[in-house]
Amino acid sequence: MILTLAIRNLFHDRIRLIVTLVGILFSIVLVAVQLGLYLGARKMIIDMIENSNGEIWITAYGAKSFEEGGILLTPRERHAALAVPGVKAVVPLVVSFAEWRKPGGGSTNSVVVGTDADDNGLRAWNIVEGSQEAIEAPDGVAVDRSYLSDLGVTGIGDTAQIERGRVRVRAITEGIRSFTMAPYIFTTLNRARALLGVPGENVSYYLVQVAPGTDIERLRKDLSSRLPNTEVLTKAEFRDRSLDQWLFSTGAGVALIGGAILGLLVGTVIVAQTLYSSTKDHLNEFATLRALGSSSGYIHKVILAQAGLSAVLGYVLGMAIALTVVVLSTHTALPIIMTPGLAVSLFLLTLFMCAISAVSAIMKVTKIDPAMVFSR
Amino acid sequence: MSQPVVLEAVDIVKELGEGAGRVRALKGVSLSLRAGELTLLMGPSGSGKTTLLSILGCILTPTSGSVRIKDESVDGLTPEQLADLRRRHIGFVFQSYNLFPTLTAIENVRLALDVRGMSYAETMAKGEAALKAVGLAHKLRSYPRNMSGGEQQRVAVARALAGEPTVILADEPTAALDSENGHAVMALLAQIARDHNHAVLAVTHDPRTHAYADRIVRIEDGRIVGEDRRPEAGKNVKKYDLTRRRKANA
Repeated sequence: MILTLAIRNLFHDRIRLIVTLVGILFSIVLVAVQLGLYLGARKMIIDMIENSNGEIWITAYGAKSFEEGGILLTPRERHAALAVPGVKAVVPLVVSFAEWRKPGGGSTNSVVVGTDADDNGLRAWNIVEGSQEAIEAPDGVAVDRSYLSDLGVTGIGDTAQIERGRVRVRAITEGIRSFTMAPYIFTTLNRARALLGVPGENVSYYLVQVAPGTDIERLRKDLSSRLPNTEVLTKAEFRDRSLDQWLFSTGAGVALIGGAILGLLVGTVIVAQTLYSSTKDHLNEFATLRALGSSSGYIHKVILAQAGLSAVLGYVLGMAIALTVVVLSTHTALPIIMTPGLAVSLFLLTLFMCAISAVSAIMKVTKIDPAMVFSR
Repeated sequence: MSQPVVLEAVDIVKELGEGAGRVRALKGVSLSLRAGELTLLMGPSGSGKTTLLSILGCILTPTSGSVRIKDESVDGLTPEQLADLRRRHIGFVFQSYNLFPTLTAIENVRLALDVRGMSYAETMAKGEAALKAVGLAHKLRSYPRNMSGGEQQRVAVARALAGEPTVILADEPTAALDSENGHAVMALLAQIARDHNHAVLAVTHDPRTHAYADRIVRIEDGRIVGEDRRPEAGKNVKKYDLTRRRKANA
């Protein structure tokens, strides 16, 4: 009967139900979009690090993110790292912002990623046209399909210029987005050096591949002690540092999370207000229930069931809209990501929001005097 | 042989309000109710009838004095313990019926059983039986808005009856009803007292109800001022005819 009473109370006043559902729906869509944007941004920031094949990153001291590592490491650091027990291989990477000059005129910022495929450190992935081998051909580069128009090219075979050298699009990837809006350009290590005018054999990073059975934390410490003026970071540490730089130092992440919190607050206030007024309207009925001998727990369950039903209905409607927004954002500069984990978290968050919203109604009903049944 | 006392209130004093506005609504009232009896509590407005009913029904606690229901003392119980006592021993019938407008007749009755922790099957069986007992077997799925005042009050009686309480307390059960429905409800309460062996106390100032009472207790200014025993009660009153009322309603 608890559920029956909750459903009838809820549907008794359709206008109020609609207001409640709109409140929850608004809250869910806002939180889903904000958190989806956060996840989308997060994925873009860490995609390169996550897709690398190596457990430890050696960076120049103070490297803030994947894109901002400088090109300061020399072969000396590589040789020193290779001498440390537990190191299987040390893969050099060149990463740097560079000017991409469009074939039709004009230029745009890009991030050149230079690495040799044979080293198996950081290969272009999701290649949908061309091949890894094609990138190794003279002047070959790989770009992502989503940035073709930004780069002023139409597909395989088009040429452009990066800083001081000519390049030709020989492979196209899909889904490799850049948070900085500067498209990633994959090429070989030496071509990257040549394009960027890197002195000697300097690189941005050394990606350390570890021998099986090696204690990674211990190896990190060993490398750190042998490589002064560098930073030795685990993959997770470098990922967190990049996230911290782009999401929190720039305030972008704070704005996204702030928007999500605001959505939750607005939703909570709307649901609390409607639940409270619903409870107030049904106060005589709750007093009657109390007079009939119901425990206060029974009445609390009725209110919580109302809140739970509102949550489920609001969640279903809100998620339908949120998923539509997610699909529509797929090919935009900042795609919104919806994961099963986020969907479940949103549902739990909605239930929590509605449960919190029920507190004021429960407090009101807790003070109910069953003697009011005689004063109707 | 007289029926056992199932509810006993001794020397009940109840003060209401605070400070200068404090009034003594009951000034040492003692009253006992026996199984199988319909007792009327009569008195003018403000005499303390409803306050006494609230105390006997474990909704209010007395300032002093004691209440026992079937040898269970009410003294010092918490609100939750009082609610438990109401669940087990008390059935209420209210002047305005206090039915849930969003629930059907059977759901209204089942709700009173659900708070007692009964299963779906139990609440259905007892709910249907109670509504049948008050002549509303044909109105199980009707909402209160689609029922007459007399029918709504009979649903309220069925709700009180269904939990098989020790005592049924009715607050002005005929006040909102026309003459015919008023008589019908009083006949029903009298019948429930006798046939189901419940103690029934009805607060009223409706003289039409006298004929149904086994006992009439008069209260004035917070004190019991008189009591009439009516051994011939109901002898000259028609038994509540469910069939007749159903036909009349049809």
